[in-house]
Amino acid sequence: MLTKRGNGLSRRDFIRIAGGTLATLGMSGTLTPKLARALEKAAAGRPKVVWIHFASDTGCTESFIKSDHPSAGELVLDILSVDYHESIMAAAGKQADEVLAKAVAGKDYICVVEGGIPTVPGHGMIGGREMLDIAKEVCGNAKAVVAIGSCAVDGGVPAAKPNPSRILGVGEALGMKVVNLPCCPVNPEWLVGTVVHVLTMGKLPELDKQGRPLMFYGRKIHDNCPRRTHFDGGRFVEQFGSKEEAAGYCLYKVGCKGPEAWSECPKTRWNSKESWCIEIGSPCLGCSEDKWTDHFAPFYGKLANVALPYGDVTADQIGVGIAVATGAAIVGHAVVKASRGKSPDDTKK
Amino acid sequence: MAKRVVIDPIPRIEGHLRIEVEVENGKVKDAWSSGTLFRGFEIILQGRDPRDAWFITQRICGVCPVSHGHTSTMSLENAFNVTPPDNARIVRNLIEGGQFVHSHILWFYHLNALDYVDVVSALQAKPKEKSLQEVQAKVKKFVESGQLGPFANGYWGHSEYKLPPDLNLLAVAHYLEALEMQKEASTIVAQLGGKMPMHMSTPPGGTTFIPTVEVMDNVIWRLKRLQHWVDTVFLPDVLAIAPYYIKYAGIGKGVGNYLSWGVFDDPSFDPKKRLLPRGAIFDGKLAVADVDGKEVKEYVDHSWYTAECGNRSPMEGKTEPKFTKMGDTKYTWLKAPRIKDHPMEVGALSRVLVAYVSGDPKVKSMVDGTLSALGQAGHPEVLLSVLGRIAARVLETKLVIDGMLDWTGELLANLKAGKTQMYAMNDVPEKGQGMGLWEAPRGALAHYNVIEGKKLKNYQCVVPTTWNASPRDHKGVRGPIEEALVGTPVLDPDKPLEVLRVVHSFDPCIACAVHIIHPVTNEVKAFRVV
Repeated sequence: MLTKRGNGLSRRDFIRIAGGTLATLGMSGTLTPKLARALEKAAAGRPKVVWIHFASDTGCTESFIKSDHPSAGELVLDILSVDYHESIMAAAGKQADEVLAKAVAGKDYICVVEGGIPTVPGHGMIGGREMLDIAKEVCGNAKAVVAIGSCAVDGGVPAAKPNPSRILGVGEALGMKVVNLPCCPVNPEWLVGTVVHVLTMGKLPELDKQGRPLMFYGRKIHDNCPRRTHFDGGRFVEQFGSKEEAAGYCLYKVGCKGPEAWSECPKTRWNSKESWCIEIGSPCLGCSEDKWTDHFAPFYGKLANVALPYGDVTADQIGVGIAVATGAAIVGHAVVKASRGKSPDDTKK
Repeated sequence: MAKRVVIDPIPRIEGHLRIEVEVENGKVKDAWSSGTLFRGFEIILQGRDPRDAWFITQRICGVCPVSHGHTSTMSLENAFNVTPPDNARIVRNLIEGGQFVHSHILWFYHLNALDYVDVVSALQAKPKEKSLQEVQAKVKKFVESGQLGPFANGYWGHSEYKLPPDLNLLAVAHYLEALEMQKEASTIVAQLGGKMPMHMSTPPGGTTFIPTVEVMDNVIWRLKRLQHWVDTVFLPDVLAIAPYYIKYAGIGKGVGNYLSWGVFDDPSFDPKKRLLPRGAIFDGKLAVADVDGKEVKEYVDHSWYTAECGNRSPMEGKTEPKFTKMGDTKYTWLKAPRIKDHPMEVGALSRVLVAYVSGDPKVKSMVDGTLSALGQAGHPEVLLSVLGRIAARVLETKLVIDGMLDWTGELLANLKAGKTQMYAMNDVPEKGQGMGLWEAPRGALAHYNVIEGKKLKNYQCVVPTTWNASPRDHKGVRGPIEEALVGTPVLDPDKPLEVLRVVHSFDPCIACAVHIIHPVTNEVKAFRVV
């Protein structure tokens, strides 16, 4: 059983990769040849990437290698030139330093940052140098900086109170504008989709105020959740593993943060679209949001300030499976105040 | 004349590890292992809702988050005094198993193989098979583009690379294939856990995942495909490559003490009956001793903490980080954990050894078969080496994937018999404490919690790489990686390929390893064994 791969990347491969990308970008199929041409042009001299780890747990690299369209292998070996990435590179020690120095001197690379930046001296070092100093140099000389995962965006879980190593997100630590791709970990299809958008369109996708691409962070989970009709109908899960959970009732009462989480999880899903948090009966943690570890704790606690369609009526009181005929659905859509000053229907592709 | 060689960064591991060795007369004379990132998870956990711990501790490590999540949940169940239903045990085994299989495949092909496989030499191969010709053409195009990406500046052409070109090419082809296979294994975790990394379905009390025939069929299909690949590609690859590096059966022995808390429960929840059972081996003697989580002590004589933090067990630990400088006395953020003053090696080799010496028939036949295939029949002591660590991880992959297919059968049998419970009701106690002892792919993992006023008063983790990459202790005794490096032949100190081989054989994960412990004033009560 051996890999059936062509000589480099053929046009046919491109069409196939492009097709997968189109789905990610929500574009129509008529763009396929154009997209393929753009990717093919990019591959002729593969764009350079420096991928650097600071205060991370490598979860975003782990997430990235689950990518499908294109796969991590296609992206790393066929489309991009990933010149520095400590998890996969062959070079070690001084040979690794040489690779990085050469890339930085060229100033012709996109910098992907995984992990936040510790600002207490001695709390984060690579090669005997402070991570903050390395970040200034490596991010400062890059054409663009993409912060992937909650840690790189705002420090993430290790920056939760009391933030023992005073870890900051890349944008804040360096005082620069970066593309932010939060979530814990980053969804690989959003990372890859952002890269492909740049290669195809020659520019970044439209970003929100927090530097997040609107195509992936422009809609609330709650508004696109498969369990939403049960919220509108006042049917809630009260206990894990129950028949109500199996029937797909809403997880709001067991702690779901979907009403305040802006992300495309319901559509993109995770791991080759096989599943996602809410599908297996877990409340969303809201990990797409700023400072989520503190903001949404306790995770199994009910989110405050979410108006229910019928007041606090339990599934038991309504009775399983009985629809209630009111204008609840409309009410349910309009009551949730957007935490970032958006109206609930402010969604952009 | 001794030469100091610093390797920092160490690539193809998790996290930030610095290795310093002193090379004299072509051999490592002394070694120092340093963890260079500090995040302080235990401080962050204090005062939080205990049920949040299993989500937060998963973020200690994105490579083995499942194990942290499970160990945390077990420690909480211990404190809440709740036992999960049998179906939840099975689902957790499957989720854990998916992570083990993913992790071992990734480690062998993507983290470890480039120490043994010369990618550039693959260009000299003369493959007859079309698919291999295609892979070779791909490598050729890649090299000729001048953009070597992750393969730039490797030690290609080093005379310690021993494989013939055809085998190098085959390994490169399988490197690409393995990228897809690790993804398949992770997808199983996602199917039962929502996503991977950072699964969501195993809170204290059981699982939120409710099995359906559709999902289970899909999981079984994936497992069979993975099993076929492990049987026909992974195991044969290792058996084909190992003979060229047989001298590594005599290199990198380490401290000769091995610890396994055990992993993958059977219906009894008895740690000695786990698929890979609990036990310890001391001083390289092939005999298994009982061991428990209260025997662990940590020392900080060479770590960046104040002196009061040393010589304490995790439940009464104390931590005040105090960075000074990188020096010969203090040189790491890792503490030095010990059992009865012994440094302990943890990981697949420890688990397989404990199972082998305990007389587990399946492990015994696998290990003996492998020894025989490598011309080492009757010499299990050769397992105490770099090659032994590699073999143990591969055999464990086979053991776990076979186990997973058995567990899917157990789950379906339960469902058929009308046993459908997935979750047991539970509540956070006003006061309590708990301990979870389990295994991550990289080795023994322990979580300890203390609850007061329904909040976490204290939480600690003693994790695999803290054991393996431990610095010297109060007596000056080296940690396992440091000890394994001593005596390793190094042909060219400017290209310390052999050092990488020894370090990679432990599959280090530094994000996990650096952690701190806070003062606890209340006395330690007896724990229920979990």
